[in-house]
Amino acid sequence: MFPEIIDTRPWRRAIDDSLNWVVRNWGDEFEAAAYPLLMLLNFIEDVLIATPWWLIMAILVGIAWLATRRWQLPVIVLVSLLFLGVMELWEDAMTTMALMIAATITAIVFSIPLGVWMSRSERVRQVVTPLLDLMQTMPSFVYLIPTVMIFGPGKIPALIATIVYAAPPLVRLTDLGLRSVDPAVMEASRAFGTTPSQRLFGVQIPLSLPTILAGVNQTTMMALAMVVIASMIGAGGLGYQVLQGIGRLEVSRGLFAGLGIVVLAIVFDRITQSFGKQLQAKIGLAETRS
Amino acid sequence: MNEIKTDTDLAIRMRGVTKIFGDDPQSALELLKQGKSKTEVQAETGHVVGLDNVSLDIARGQIFVVMGLSGSGKSTLIRHVNRLIEPTAGEIIVDGTDVLKMSLEELRTYRRNTVAMVFQKFGLLPHRSVIDNVAYGLEVRGVPKAERLERAAKWIDTVGLSGYEQSRPRQLSGGQQQRVGLARALALDTDIILMDEAFSALDPLIRSGMQDQLIELQKSLGKTILFITHDFDEALKIADRIAVLKDGAVQQEGKPEDIVLKPANEHIEEFVREVNKARAIHVRTIMEKGDFEACEYTVPATARCEEVLPYFAEHQWVGVTNDQGKQIGRVTAKGVIGALARYTPGVGEG
Repeated sequence: MFPEIIDTRPWRRAIDDSLNWVVRNWGDEFEAAAYPLLMLLNFIEDVLIATPWWLIMAILVGIAWLATRRWQLPVIVLVSLLFLGVMELWEDAMTTMALMIAATITAIVFSIPLGVWMSRSERVRQVVTPLLDLMQTMPSFVYLIPTVMIFGPGKIPALIATIVYAAPPLVRLTDLGLRSVDPAVMEASRAFGTTPSQRLFGVQIPLSLPTILAGVNQTTMMALAMVVIASMIGAGGLGYQVLQGIGRLEVSRGLFAGLGIVVLAIVFDRITQSFGKQLQAKIGLAETRS
Repeated sequence: MNEIKTDTDLAIRMRGVTKIFGDDPQSALELLKQGKSKTEVQAETGHVVGLDNVSLDIARGQIFVVMGLSGSGKSTLIRHVNRLIEPTAGEIIVDGTDVLKMSLEELRTYRRNTVAMVFQKFGLLPHRSVIDNVAYGLEVRGVPKAERLERAAKWIDTVGLSGYEQSRPRQLSGGQQQRVGLARALALDTDIILMDEAFSALDPLIRSGMQDQLIELQKSLGKTILFITHDFDEALKIADRIAVLKDGAVQQEGKPEDIVLKPANEHIEEFVREVNKARAIHVRTIMEKGDFEACEYTVPATARCEEVLPYFAEHQWVGVTNDQGKQIGRVTAKGVIGALARYTPGVGEG
């Protein structure tokens, strides 16, 4: 046994008490602050559910065509979406998609500016990097419980937990992409008398867009990985079906819903990756002598 | 020898420019002022001396070449002119304005309007087409789109890249990419152009063509060009004046012929030994002035010794003419051989 050097019980009590105090005194404020997130999620979910299934299919197949200009990916997307429809998972899939899209949008809004800031300041990077490590490695239940205590079970804690888990790769890849822009190009730009923001928006961001897009891809994938856990605290969708399947020992229900998540992951992964490749070719980072 | 130059004749004036890389450059600067060498300062403080008390006067309308081996500080030197690097000490006056006293905003204006730069690694924007690259400087300056594209197209034509306007830099060869870099700098129509080893990354034949083009452009545009190179042959070919840099300090500064004929020290002599002297020496520096009987072969006074050599197969001497085509003197085979052989070890009077 490790000898007891100090008594940690007062610390734990302090933490628990302060959380309780926050819940009691600031719960409403937190809920109000997170309300825009809920609005965003509900809006996306309503739109996705209200849109007829064939229109959503057409849009996603169209995007897949735009991303690749070949027939393979659109066919894969079409078959995947038909699977969701045939297996009676369409509405759940839309709910899950809404959660993923809302989490991704929020992550983009917060992560890209943070990544830009990190790329410009060594000190910011030193502070943020361990935080990102924490967000990615801390078991999600640990921060899920306090969020549920503050916001109550429902979609908000589910969305927040998803964002916390899914945002780090986007921050990291934004930072990496901006820093790995060819210094010779940056210097040339400086020599022509550009302002820092002209360099950021005219050179750095366009040149690191493929890397940033890889970050968006990672974020969508990690958001989908969270849907089962998110459904435990009130997010519906495919994750909830999986949970029910486990609870009722209905293997088939869990399996089909699980496959539904896989199918969504494939669709979004392939589409964002293809856009990344297209962008790289456009920037001329990949060899494209046609 | 002592031409009196007023400040208005000078495009760039550097006085005592010193650059020390490291955390505490001031303490290293003290050691340097006490007369310690670059290696001593580096051993004692771990600071690298980039430039050591460099003073240069660069007159308007010249091609001024700074020559040095890698690590001699030549790239550091050229980056001081547009303050991509801040000096530790010294003074840099461009067009009568102290560059080091400029505010950030003034510095940006100065970079947009007074100095353009061409880079060894081209530094083109890979996500933009050739024409948008050439127009980049004008775009930063705020020139309206139609006008800047028109001007860019004109310069693309000048450097011989018509038809490539919509290509991406990546699709071009090295020589073509550097032409884009050159056009981008020329499109700004600045008085001063900085060229940092602009041709070093190119194949010899393409390099030679670019050098010829640069000399032509300089003749027609009258720009002040500060050109950095590690290639002595290149320096001799294009330079009006040359400064040789070693360990961050200027070893010798003068006309190409002066450096070839009167190298100031061992280091420069080593360069001179390797170089094609026939190309470096102008006929005018070794000709005998006076009336001689007209020769069937004549060369202008600005010709290089190299161009005279073939005639000696037929004749003992060749006439030299001035701008009007009048014969003003002659060069003899003996004179040329004397000039070429002077600094070859163990031969001649040494």
